[in-house]
Amino acid sequence: MMAKAHVTTTINGDPVEFLCDVEQTLLDVLRDELHLTGSKEGCASGDCGACSVVVDGRLVCACLMLGVEAQGHSVETIEGMATGDRLHPLQTKFLEHAALQCGVCTPGFLVAAKSLLDRNPDPTETEVRYWLAGNLCRCTGYDKIVRAVLDAAAEMRGATA
Amino acid sequence: MTDGSQEKANGATRWIGTRPVRPDGVDKVTGRARFGADVHLPNMLVGKVLRSPHAHARLKSIDTTRARSLPGVKAVVTRDDFEDLPSEFVPAGEMLVNYRDIVRNVMAREKVLYEGHPVAAVAAVGERAAKEALDLIEVGYEVLPHVMDVEEAMAPDAPLLHEDMITAGVEPAPETPSNVAKVVEFGHGDVEAGFAEADVMVEREFRTRPVHQGYIEPHSCVASFSEDGQAELWCTTQGHFIVRGHCAKLLGMEVSRLRVTASEIGGGFGGKTVVYLEPLALMLSRKSGNPVKMTMSREEVFRASGPAPGTCIRVRVGVRRDGRITAGEAELKYQAGAFQGSPVQLGCMCAFAPYDLENVKVTGYDVVANRPKATAYRAPGAPQSEFAVESVIDELAKAIGMDPVALRLKNAAKEGTRAAYGPTFGPVGLVETLEAAGAHEHYRARLAPGQGRGVASGFWFNIGGETCANLNLGEDGTIALVAGTPDIGGSRAALCLQAAEALGVDVETIRPLIADTSSLGYTFLTGGSRTAFASGMAVIEASKDMIGQLCERAAKIWDIPVDAVEWVEGEARPAGANAGEFESLPLADLAGLAGKTGGPIVGRAQINAQGAGPSFGTHVVDVDVDRETGRVEILRYTVIQDAGKAVHPDYVEGQMQGGAVQGIGWALNEEYVYDENGRLENPGFLDYRIPVCSDVPMIDTVIVEVPNPTHPYGVRGVGETPIIPPMAAIANAVEGALGIRFTDLPMSPPRVLKALDEARLPEAAD
Amino acid sequence: MRYEAPESVGEVVSLLAGDGPRGRVLAGGTDLLVQLRAGMIAPDVIIDIKGIGETREIRENGDVLVVGAAVTGAELGEHATARAMWPGVVEALELIGSTQIQGRASLAGNLCNASPAADTVPALIAAAATCTVAGPSGTRNVPVEDVCTGPGQLSLGDGEFVVAFELPKPPPRSADAYLRFIPRTEMDIAVVGAGVSLSLDEDGWCTAARVTLGAVAPTAILVEEAGAALIGTGCGDAAIEATAAAARAACRPIDDKRGTAEYRTKVAGVLAARAARTAVERARNA
Ligand SMILES: Cc1cc2nc3c(=O)[nH]c(=O)nc-3n(C[C@H](O)[C@H](O)[C@H](O)COP(=O)(O)OP(=O)(O)OC[C@H]3O[C@@H](n4cnc5c(N)ncnc54)[C@H](O)[C@@H]3O)c2cc1C
Ligand code: FES
Ligand code: FES
Repeated sequence: MMAKAHVTTTINGDPVEFLCDVEQTLLDVLRDELHLTGSKEGCASGDCGACSVVVDGRLVCACLMLGVEAQGHSVETIEGMATGDRLHPLQTKFLEHAALQCGVCTPGFLVAAKSLLDRNPDPTETEVRYWLAGNLCRCTGYDKIVRAVLDAAAEMRGATA
Repeated sequence: MTDGSQEKANGATRWIGTRPVRPDGVDKVTGRARFGADVHLPNMLVGKVLRSPHAHARLKSIDTTRARSLPGVKAVVTRDDFEDLPSEFVPAGEMLVNYRDIVRNVMAREKVLYEGHPVAAVAAVGERAAKEALDLIEVGYEVLPHVMDVEEAMAPDAPLLHEDMITAGVEPAPETPSNVAKVVEFGHGDVEAGFAEADVMVEREFRTRPVHQGYIEPHSCVASFSEDGQAELWCTTQGHFIVRGHCAKLLGMEVSRLRVTASEIGGGFGGKTVVYLEPLALMLSRKSGNPVKMTMSREEVFRASGPAPGTCIRVRVGVRRDGRITAGEAELKYQAGAFQGSPVQLGCMCAFAPYDLENVKVTGYDVVANRPKATAYRAPGAPQSEFAVESVIDELAKAIGMDPVALRLKNAAKEGTRAAYGPTFGPVGLVETLEAAGAHEHYRARLAPGQGRGVASGFWFNIGGETCANLNLGEDGTIALVAGTPDIGGSRAALCLQAAEALGVDVETIRPLIADTSSLGYTFLTGGSRTAFASGMAVIEASKDMIGQLCERAAKIWDIPVDAVEWVEGEARPAGANAGEFESLPLADLAGLAGKTGGPIVGRAQINAQGAGPSFGTHVVDVDVDRETGRVEILRYTVIQDAGKAVHPDYVEGQMQGGAVQGIGWALNEEYVYDENGRLENPGFLDYRIPVCSDVPMIDTVIVEVPNPTHPYGVRGVGETPIIPPMAAIANAVEGALGIRFTDLPMSPPRVLKALDEARLPEAAD
Repeated sequence: MRYEAPESVGEVVSLLAGDGPRGRVLAGGTDLLVQLRAGMIAPDVIIDIKGIGETREIRENGDVLVVGAAVTGAELGEHATARAMWPGVVEALELIGSTQIQGRASLAGNLCNASPAADTVPALIAAAATCTVAGPSGTRNVPVEDVCTGPGQLSLGDGEFVVAFELPKPPPRSADAYLRFIPRTEMDIAVVGAGVSLSLDEDGWCTAARVTLGAVAPTAILVEEAGAALIGTGCGDAAIEATAAAARAACRPIDDKRGTAEYRTKVAGVLAARAARTAVERARNA
């Protein structure tokens, strides 16, 4: 059997080292090795977005990246979104707007929405919908999710103005 | 003693109808909430299933020798590990299940009946060994001819799935077996006489394809058997008590020895009311002595878990020129999949339920075919039959030149209407939803040229059933609310609100918990739109129980009779002759004194909730169609529904919006593609096309409230009705846009373009 | 399975070449990982090319725009010069998958996955793009249309891989466009794709045109007759309809889970016409 690879990376700002098999995806590593189970596996083929993470500032599917590819890179997951006991405004707005029902898609949506607002603080409804088109939600019909993102954007613009 | 909950029934409420943040919300926005696949135990093995590549084959042999000797493999199970069970029907969700069939569905015995049917399972140290072990299992198949579609399966020369299946429900019983498991019939009056009175009659045949529930979280569980024969199971399910029952039966164990904990559940929509992996994981754990985790891949979810049935439906309706419907008749053929038990009966019962008809007759056929066993999907059976009827109603409205809302209003079921399926309705809200639709700005807004608008209504029964709830009073006056229905979409919030209302306390002082099967009495599943209603009723009963105890404690402290104590706004007050004599005792004070006044205070309820109260809805949709590619665009969508009483309006709206969008997927793009060997070609979200965020507009909602008299606050179930109207509403809108009536779902671009071209041909010939 | 992340083109070539372990190039991995997971491929070595500078840069080099093999959709989309020069190629790459896929998916991966439905391939062919292929005997420049020979089949030799693409700078009053048809608005593989690249003279007459189609044959195809139907015309309705007719005539599609042959053929004409109109519009404003 092949020896495991040793990988040094940064996760949510902290230095992290792990061992993994080459065929393990970043999602497998996060969930099974590091027990960061906030990123979900809905398909393992890039179709649902439940595993969304940000790598070096880019939104990606953790299921479509090998764990070994994280070497030397910086990964942000849902577990790093709140600061201390303060929720990110998107998290607060998702709660206020009831933008989740079962909640399994929620981490992916939040990570994806944050990456949108980091880039575009004032998106239109259409921009939000297309940016989030790779995140499937079967429960909500997307309405309240889109409203929560637009509202969070408005609040964050207000807060930074 | 009197308690506040009943007084509030007609009056103002403090908590019901408010929108607090759900109590489990923070866990779900931080990634902390633990779903099915998020459980890790020490020494846990990975379990995997070997599935049939054939749609229909006799299982000649299964040789697991090589797999068992692979290093790292700890257990292998096959049909030989499960005892055969006799035919026996038990309820699961809104459908009945048969243990003879369940044991065969979780692990094939004589035959494999669909591609993806399990034939063996392994548990090994790590993913890689488990996968390799599957490759080492040798299975001998004798491939048999297969049949996929309902009409083909009903043909006299069709390959038989079950050689001993004799159609039930026909007199005299047929002498030869067939794929028709049963025939059911509902109705009253004389349809032929009714049709004779009609001025206009429309008869059409409809076809719908199977669709998947499409929950984002795949099935997953962890089982841990200990040497003394006790076991624990964590799984994602809509009903852990159901899982316990099924698993105990399949493993031949007592239910008290199996403790099932429902994880957070990432969507179910009916699809997580049955067992697939759970008995296998338990058996693997029993054999290996290690905890075993099993998770389906998305591909397995599509190949082997429950679709809603595909159907073929014929509908005939007659109407007088004045808009009165004189008779309705329908024939429903539903695919049950590999084993009998499609929801055809429910489809029959719902087909004409929105209408007050003197003459109605519905016949249903439950037909097996080489597909996964059909599982409940949101209002099981109803979307298909109501699609057909609501399409015909629209056509009739056009034929007699009547507004489709007006035609529905003229015939709408209301209090006192005898439903086509038998009972007489109590207060129901169809008329109110239709009036709201007719008056809605959307219904009157101008359409641009080429666009179309459609409207359709829907009906669903809703259910109650066996339910327990406890309220554990803490020493500081806060409360743990313990329920047995998994929270699939915010029901914890709805239960806390009902408890807060009944007790007259701040909702924030109540923290909910979904108990495992050993910590609470038997509770039926989350399904049938029953949770806010039935667990709500149980919580209200438990509140009353607690209030009774609190009043007794106050009576003891004040040394007055208990019937001289009343519970108002969360505190005990002396009443009647003693009014004003003592300072009232708030809940927190009584809680603090509990130890001195008689011990812990726990409110309990174990009920069999009855009278769930049907919910009607009416949807309005505008569409545009790209005439060159056949793509239908949803421009605007409004859902109007009777919720009885919306406990937490956000989550009621959420159900309405989510159901509507699932219906949009069903109407436009969702379908399975099988090759000629009965193998699924699109087992993933890239080609099984559920709506994505950019496919849909905002979904407007109007909540109508016609209180359900059997619930203290008037609650009706709301979860299922919203998936019923979209298919017909969209078909009616497309008809409005193109003048073409679509009777086959989905109305996918190739089908729409084909129909457009066919319609254009005669024009071109002119 | 081994993972290698070489830093030079030469290392990749030596890892790929010869009869030793079977190597597979990894760019964004959005096809590769899906295929690995499904057990469709089982290479001995995965060679990640993203650590090689040449595969990651976008630069102007004389008369060409050079786009590294592993440049992602998100990166190309943010490149103003690329957008201005070849809007059709950029929009084709940006159509791939979701925002998440855009963070990884590359031109080379799209081309070398050799799917008949790949979105960027018709656009690249319409743009007359070439690719720089490195191999044991040095590098060579290959027209994009010569790379795929059939579904999953490449003309690349042993040890060869794509390092970068070269897009010629278009003459004045030129533009391209790419359109595809999918049943949803996002997250689908093309049922049909159409690319058009054309140039106009000062009077608005079309002087050159290349029309391509995807998902209607085993590989993306260049439909010369469809381009010819535009050349020498003012790109009015008749010329556009002639282009559409030529596009339809060139289709050799199959029936599969994503569409019927009949449907594909019809829609190919529709998309060729729509893409041509967009390209003309863009060229007029260029
Ligand atoms: C959810 C989802 C949606 C998608 N949607 C679309 C879509 O809309 N349109 C579309 O066209 N595709 C789509 N794809 C497929 C895929 O994303 C694209 O083909 C993408 O461009 C592949 O690029 P990559 O860098 O990820 O390739 P990789 O996966 O890294 O590689 C793909 C193949 O090319 C080979 N390869 C990669 N780079 C080189 C090179 N430099 N030289 C030689 N061989 C090389 C690899 O060995 C592999 O065989 C989708 C995929 C997913 C998962
Ligand atoms: S799990 Fe990665 S996209 Fe679905
Ligand atoms: S809330 Fe359930 S999938 Fe989105």
